[in-house]
Amino acid sequence: MNDLYAWAAIALITLAATTGDVLLAYSMKRVGDVGEIWKTSGLLAVVGRILTTPTFFLGVLAMAVAFYSLLFGLSWGNLSLVVPASASLTFVANAIAARIFLHERVGRRRWIAALLVAAGVALMAV
Amino acid sequence: MTFRKYLVLAGITVFSTLGDSLLARGMKELGGVSLHNFSGLLFAILNPWVSVGIVLLLAFFASYMSALSWADLTYVLPATSLSYVLVAVIARVRFHEQISPTRWLGIALIAAGVGFVAVGPAVSSAHHHAARPLPDHPEALSQEAKP
Repeated sequence: MNDLYAWAAIALITLAATTGDVLLAYSMKRVGDVGEIWKTSGLLAVVGRILTTPTFFLGVLAMAVAFYSLLFGLSWGNLSLVVPASASLTFVANAIAARIFLHERVGRRRWIAALLVAAGVALMAV
Repeated sequence: MTFRKYLVLAGITVFSTLGDSLLARGMKELGGVSLHNFSGLLFAILNPWVSVGIVLLLAFFASYMSALSWADLTYVLPATSLSYVLVAVIARVRFHEQISPTRWLGIALIAAGVGFVAVGPAVSSAHHHAARPLPDHPEALSQEAKP
């Protein structure tokens, strides 16, 4: 029964984390290079530009769902199962989602990187 | 990529590792949270391990947002995945845990994956162009063109 809860939490973490990552990446690309904005207009301008980007809050909401699913999952399953399993699945889901929704050019190099890391993270759990 | 940007990527790696470890320790202290006392999750914040873990995860979030503003998601995620290797190293050195051959293989694969993105470009996305300066700032555009 605990296993079922743990895997349900893993599925929820993966879905919420991928949604959050894509929304946050989209928002920060809209904001622009925060290092440059900080240098030219100050830290307040950085905070202001982020807080006036609506998708940022949707991203944070999705991350909050992922975070509470993680707390929930950790209290049921082992750290060594829940964290690597959800992280491994999130790497692959993110590569697919970034290509579809963010139009990132996920070339051969990045696919190999995502798959190597996902496989490596999965092996760490064994 | 400047030295400061590599520092931000290192910050993501370290803060997420320490934050997750402290959270896990705190949640183990609290025991299992069931659907019957779901409010227990809200009070979890009162546990010192959990609260320090949350502060570190906030630091992680700030560095992560910074990195996403100048690099692709598919670059940032693999580039910061050394945190899993870091967890294993801490377990080996600090807690003298044995690392099985399978885990060593996992570490090798992650390190190889990090190497694969690290030598490639950080940005490719079409959205990045939206944030570039307008043509009425020619000096900024010429800076952008430099490798």
